[in-house]
Amino acid sequence: MAKQLPDVGSGGAVPPPRRARIVLADITRQDSRAERTRAELAQQTQVGEALVRGLVRAQLALALRLSLVVAIGLGGLPWLFAIAPSLGRTTVAGVNLPWLLLGVASFPFLIGVGWAYVRLAERNEQDFTDLVQRPER
Amino acid sequence: MGNDFVVPAIVAVTLVTVGIGFYGLRLARTTSDFLVASRAISPTWNAAAIGGEYLSAASFLGIAGLVLKYGVDVLWYPVGFAAGYLALLLFVAAPLRRSGAFTLPDFCELRLGSRRLRILATAFVIFIGWLYLVPQLQGAGLTLATVAGSPYPVGALLVAAVVTANVALGGMRAITFVQAFQYWLKLTALAVPVIFLALQWQADGRPAVTPPDGPTFRAATTVVVEHRATLTLPDGEIREVRPGDELSFAAGDPVPDVSGVATDADDWLLPSAAGADDRGLFATYSLILATFLGTMGLPHVLVRFYTNPDGAAARRTTLVVLALVGVFYLLPTLYGVLGRIYTPQLLISGQTDAVVVLLPGAALGDGLIGRLLAALVAAGAFAAFLSTSSGLLTSVAGVISTDVLGRGSVRGFRLATVIAGGVPAVLALHVSGLDVSQVVGLAFAVAASSFCPLLVLGIWWRGLTDVGATAGVVVGGGAAIGAVLVTVLGPPLTGWPATLIAQPAAWTVPLAFTVMVAVSMATRRRAPADVAATMLRLHTPEALRM
Repeated sequence: MAKQLPDVGSGGAVPPPRRARIVLADITRQDSRAERTRAELAQQTQVGEALVRGLVRAQLALALRLSLVVAIGLGGLPWLFAIAPSLGRTTVAGVNLPWLLLGVASFPFLIGVGWAYVRLAERNEQDFTDLVQRPER
Repeated sequence: MGNDFVVPAIVAVTLVTVGIGFYGLRLARTTSDFLVASRAISPTWNAAAIGGEYLSAASFLGIAGLVLKYGVDVLWYPVGFAAGYLALLLFVAAPLRRSGAFTLPDFCELRLGSRRLRILATAFVIFIGWLYLVPQLQGAGLTLATVAGSPYPVGALLVAAVVTANVALGGMRAITFVQAFQYWLKLTALAVPVIFLALQWQADGRPAVTPPDGPTFRAATTVVVEHRATLTLPDGEIREVRPGDELSFAAGDPVPDVSGVATDADDWLLPSAAGADDRGLFATYSLILATFLGTMGLPHVLVRFYTNPDGAAARRTTLVVLALVGVFYLLPTLYGVLGRIYTPQLLISGQTDAVVVLLPGAALGDGLIGRLLAALVAAGAFAAFLSTSSGLLTSVAGVISTDVLGRGSVRGFRLATVIAGGVPAVLALHVSGLDVSQVVGLAFAVAASSFCPLLVLGIWWRGLTDVGATAGVVVGGGAAIGAVLVTVLGPPLTGWPATLIAQPAAWTVPLAFTVMVAVSMATRRRAPADVAATMLRLHTPEALRM
């Protein structure tokens, strides 16, 4: 049941990074506006800094949102079992509910959250890349 | 006993491990060869290798033993071991790969530029690594004693010697395929016998796991007690037993109540209720916190991330690992549950960690299939000891050779390996009485109270300073280490102090985060000047690098 991931999916056709020697002549040939933004990133101008801060904030917010999902979905269980002991005696197909929830259902749940995170985090990065390469200014 | 397939199976697993290690040595001579080779393999292979290294004695033997003993409350161990990879994925995987750090001390120096913090991190890597290695060796000693009747030290020393020799000779360099092979071996070694066990359970007329009158012995059994305990016999008589005592039970006899074990059906079957026992709930949450947040701080887990080509691949690999370990963790619970029916004598003898290796023989009898399956399980258990110990030993020896002995030559690395393997081997000889999973749980608690805040704040918060990070690790990690030492060496405690010390994460993790943030804010001017450049490197896609 290991989820097979597309090799290079929504991230677009991004080739693996290669060590490339950049000389001035190469840079001048490329789109100058996109190049300016990239240079701003590298030189940590205020614009570049703001862009990176935005990305970091977006990724952190995503990670925190999904941990909240897990904290409520799984972390709520001991509390739920404690305040509603009858739940522990409920059986599904002859097995007590806590055993099913913890021993079986929790794993697909964790994998589902992880899958959602990978997709959304890659989308954030794609948005950032688009912004850097086509600045709307 | 008397199973003539077990020893050949264990020898075969050991030889395959050493053999592939040597073959790899001939293929790849340098660290970078190893890394380049890793880049040529798919995330699935890489993930299977990470999973193979991660599923240790605690996962393979310990969880089933705890389920047998304590019931539903300990299912949080497998859930937490898997969820740890989710926390790693959400907060650490991609930025850590992009940082280029190979070890935790590397990350400290790279992010905060502090030599002092690097030394502190080195000490913690060594402590956590040893704390995690001891139960692996302990599991090996226990397993060999159970299946082949050898004295306990033989198995522990054998695994320590094989792993130390293998790592020292450089066999870890192209070991990705060995580790991946060991993941699939471990999965097979639990999955195939479970099918036969389930069929046997059907054929026996589906005996109840928690019969109304309490568990009974299915066959005449003689139990040799291994750990001191208090038994309450069905007629109300209370009896103290010591190691070496022999007790005989006839088929159909009820299993006596054992002190410290959930013998009562409701205790075992139902989650600990609030009101009656707040400490149970506290211990549960503490365990959840330790396992969720501790995985990212384990030394052998981190090293593996460097084998991914970039941050996005690190994320995908982590997701596959999560799926692989999730599939694996469905199985140990079944062994613990079936152990209630077929091996209740382990509750009395105290050797609950042996349930996985004994169950096939106990349920299926001494026929050919029973013996073959028992050998398969024993081989899987040895794969668990070898793979996890190799990974841990490599990490610990790596930091000892670079950070303690000075700039690492091959000779220095070999010396470091002998030191790194020798100390836990000696320790393992003295702690045979502790539950394998409990010691591993403590290692997670120390990692969650030291490296977890360091990594999470280091990656996501610009305000972290070297002084703040050092203070947080010293206070939070130090408190967790103190709790470990009291648990292992100190006097037995009761009541709240016992709970707070046995499951420390619920107070040490918040403590570490609080101290780290507060001290960093007080020393704001010490924040590294290049933090903006570091953040750029950690969080932006590699495609944009200039």
